[in-house]
Amino acid sequence: MTNRRSGPPKRRSGPPRQPMAIIAVCMLGVLVLLAVFAPVLWGEEAVAADPDAIALPPSGEHPLGTDKLGRDILLRTLVATRLSLVMAVAATLMGGCIGLALGALPAVLGTRAQRWFASVISTWLAFPVLLVAMLTVILLGPGTTTAVVALALTMTPSFARLAQTLSSRVGGSEYLAAARMLGVSRRRQFTRYVLPNIAEPVIVNVTTSIGGGLLALSSLSFLGVGVQPPDFDWGRLLSEGFGQVYNSPVAAIGPGVAVVFAGLAFSMLGESLAAQLRNREHGRALPPRRLGPAPVAERPARTPAETERAETEAAPLLDVDGLSVSFPGPDGWIRPVQDVSFRILPGEIVGVVGESGSGKSVTMMSIAQLAPAGAAVTARRLRFDGEDLTGRTPAEAGRVLGTRVGVVFQDSLTALNPALRVGTQLAEIPRVHGGAGRAKAHEMAVRALDDVRIPDAARRAQQFPHEFSGGMRQRALIAMSQIGSPSLIIADEPTTALDVTVQRRVLALLRRECAESGAAAIVVSHDVAVLAELCGRLLVMYAGRIVEDVDIALLATPERLAHPYTRALAASLPDLGTDRTKPLVTIPGEPPDLSRPVTGCAFAARCAFATDDCRTEVPVLTEHRHGGRVACRHPQDAMATDAAPGREEVGA
Amino acid sequence: MTRSTSATGRRHGGNRWLLFLLRRTGRMLVAMWVIVTVAFLVLRMAGGDPVRSALGATADESVVQARREQLGLNDPLIVQYFDYLTGLFRGDLGVSIITGRSVTELVSHRLPATLELAGLAFLVVLLVAVPVGLGIAVITQGNRRRGAETAFTGVTAFIAAIPEYLLGVLLVIVFAITLHALPVAGRTGPASYLMPVIALSVSAAASVSRIARIEALNTLKDDYVRTARSKRLPAWMVYFRHALPNMLTATLTIGGTLLGAMIAGSVLVEQVFNWPGLGMAFVGAITTKDYGIVQGLALVYAAIILVVNLLIDLVLSLLDRRTSLLETS
Repeated sequence: MTNRRSGPPKRRSGPPRQPMAIIAVCMLGVLVLLAVFAPVLWGEEAVAADPDAIALPPSGEHPLGTDKLGRDILLRTLVATRLSLVMAVAATLMGGCIGLALGALPAVLGTRAQRWFASVISTWLAFPVLLVAMLTVILLGPGTTTAVVALALTMTPSFARLAQTLSSRVGGSEYLAAARMLGVSRRRQFTRYVLPNIAEPVIVNVTTSIGGGLLALSSLSFLGVGVQPPDFDWGRLLSEGFGQVYNSPVAAIGPGVAVVFAGLAFSMLGESLAAQLRNREHGRALPPRRLGPAPVAERPARTPAETERAETEAAPLLDVDGLSVSFPGPDGWIRPVQDVSFRILPGEIVGVVGESGSGKSVTMMSIAQLAPAGAAVTARRLRFDGEDLTGRTPAEAGRVLGTRVGVVFQDSLTALNPALRVGTQLAEIPRVHGGAGRAKAHEMAVRALDDVRIPDAARRAQQFPHEFSGGMRQRALIAMSQIGSPSLIIADEPTTALDVTVQRRVLALLRRECAESGAAAIVVSHDVAVLAELCGRLLVMYAGRIVEDVDIALLATPERLAHPYTRALAASLPDLGTDRTKPLVTIPGEPPDLSRPVTGCAFAARCAFATDDCRTEVPVLTEHRHGGRVACRHPQDAMATDAAPGREEVGA
Repeated sequence: MTRSTSATGRRHGGNRWLLFLLRRTGRMLVAMWVIVTVAFLVLRMAGGDPVRSALGATADESVVQARREQLGLNDPLIVQYFDYLTGLFRGDLGVSIITGRSVTELVSHRLPATLELAGLAFLVVLLVAVPVGLGIAVITQGNRRRGAETAFTGVTAFIAAIPEYLLGVLLVIVFAITLHALPVAGRTGPASYLMPVIALSVSAAASVSRIARIEALNTLKDDYVRTARSKRLPAWMVYFRHALPNMLTATLTIGGTLLGAMIAGSVLVEQVFNWPGLGMAFVGAITTKDYGIVQGLALVYAAIILVVNLLIDLVLSLLDRRTSLLETS
């Protein structure tokens, strides 16, 4: 696959370690040996009639008994392996080749041919498989060749469709366009560029199809329209065995086992090949036993002084200490959130800012007990409203939170269930948690929609999410987070998907809801401007850690901010006084890749003030003179008095 | 402002839906016409005189001629084709070469048995496969419980490798011949439905549950499932009310293929259980070379499958409220 070279480095190499692949290969080995040698060894014996041993039950001499002509059924089953396999392989190869040609050729023939071929394939696919087979049988007369041709014809369109889908992807690719411009011939385009790129999925499909073909061919023979006597395959033997099922049930079981064995061998091989392909493309996460225990924050627990101070302070609504979130990855744990600690007081509105991938959403979803399945969340301390959430499963912790935490999600189109009416989705909460009846719950839903200024709320409640506009859906989501009267609202990028005017209205609504209900809120955004309008305090996250925790008012005086990253963010914030003729300040460099652990401060690579110890040791988030906390070895606010760096130079 | 844009979006969507409907119906009619023509030609083109080969070498020449006359085989080909098409529009599917009896009548007697069998099996497959797929997806999501995943894959692969007719034979051996618990064959009462329906549905249920599991895994990753969890609803509500309907539409996309498989499988299962449906008549007609019946029944099978496919497509495109389906074809 030449076009994938630019992807991530190869993860694992070497032979497949899946047990399924090994078993499948062994089973196929047995089949191939039988197909080659059984007819040579027992071919004559299997067709020799013995009038003295007609329809005998199983015995030492005939383990599966004999048939109506006194032939040994076990030997016949073994000998039939060759014909059964050859038929299935031949039919699949024939169907595969025709299908491949029909499906892949149009990629180099131009769009009109492509469209024409596509409609032929679609019509062919619409043809009932059974009919294609039966009509072939009628045209050519029952027999071995007929059965093979019939099966090939039924397989052709699905191979063609597969090849078509795959090659249209290649056909549109840049390197094929380049080959075309260079004047590479169509034949060469096809053999050198199209075929190699679709080969692997097609091979997987062929393998699986041989298994399916084997079953289908045996079915045709069972019906009496496939292999005709004196030839015999497994289907034929089964049908003969079924004829004497009252005398000797085992007669039908032997060939049956053979059919299942062979079908299984091919489908297992196909599947392990497919799994192999998938793994190579995505890199599958390690299983738990190879991952080891989930990582926890390295920093020791709070110092006695900190603990003492924490206890004299007003009781926080939410108290998070040393929260880490990890996901299983192909090379071990991936840690999007590391050692995050903060507190939220009742009624406080706190903003969380950071670039995409900084772990801000994952942190908040983990606190709300909504982390994706498979995530490992650890914390030294996670208390909500005085109740400890550590040591509980997410489901249990979620039950403890109940409706006291309301969540507003980012994308209102995907966050609302497309198959349920908006009113129903709101009414569920009072119905489940408040014990309200159907009518009462619906009434509450309508009132909640009305509260967020959705016009004609009673009618709107009966509609589906796709009938709402984007802003209205977002307001419906806010109404949904409010309906259980929560004491904490977690809003995850609540305005990202909206245009600016709607954004303003949604923010105003969120602020009003908090002010009226007295609920605290955590608002996550990558947009400092949005948070500056709404929040009292700002948590700045970078590469999975909080780097600064600061009063929002300091954004107006960037020289008092301590962390270089926060200063850069504040500098990139345009206001009315910004000189529009100058370009906005951007932060050079890229955020680090979370799948590769960084030693030291993650921002060091982009920081103008970084020193060697920044690169070796992670700075700890500690109390700072600006009244907040900062995790930086070289806080910049001290220099504000003597050598104030100009705004444009920050982080450069 | 936003409302007016959404309204035009919907009008646009309506047009596209109509286009989709027309295209699908057109494709079905083309396929139907091809089948009609092929069936017509097959009867005329298959080597030798079909009447002679069906009635046998010993049949009296006058009988053969009379039957040829009845079938219109002495007319020019184009006249035959025209007569055949007009006959079809009147609901005349032709006559049996051997007995001379109407195929339409045969179909009206045997169709119910086949439809019952295939329909029941279809229902059983969906009722078993969708909850099983969802359940396995729930316990294996997020790459957890690899063991359960491997076991599920292995077991379903094994079951899917057992062809319908073989399972039928095994069921007969165990429940009818050995245990005498169920009738061996025929369509005699509620108990006689049990084995044919099981034989027809089990391997399909295994394959469909694997598809259902993949669909369910995708659905469980969807945002609205997280929203449902954020409401702290009981687990059954999250899965059955929020995930199931959305995963059902995705799973039903293969409904057409599944029904086709049921119909094809019914031919085999009818054979095993001596079920008085179309399949028995179809296979019988092929082996006795009664192409009059074969031609008629082939059309009936084709019509059933094509019409059902069309209906499933239409229902799905209506169900899928995000109308993303329209883009695929």
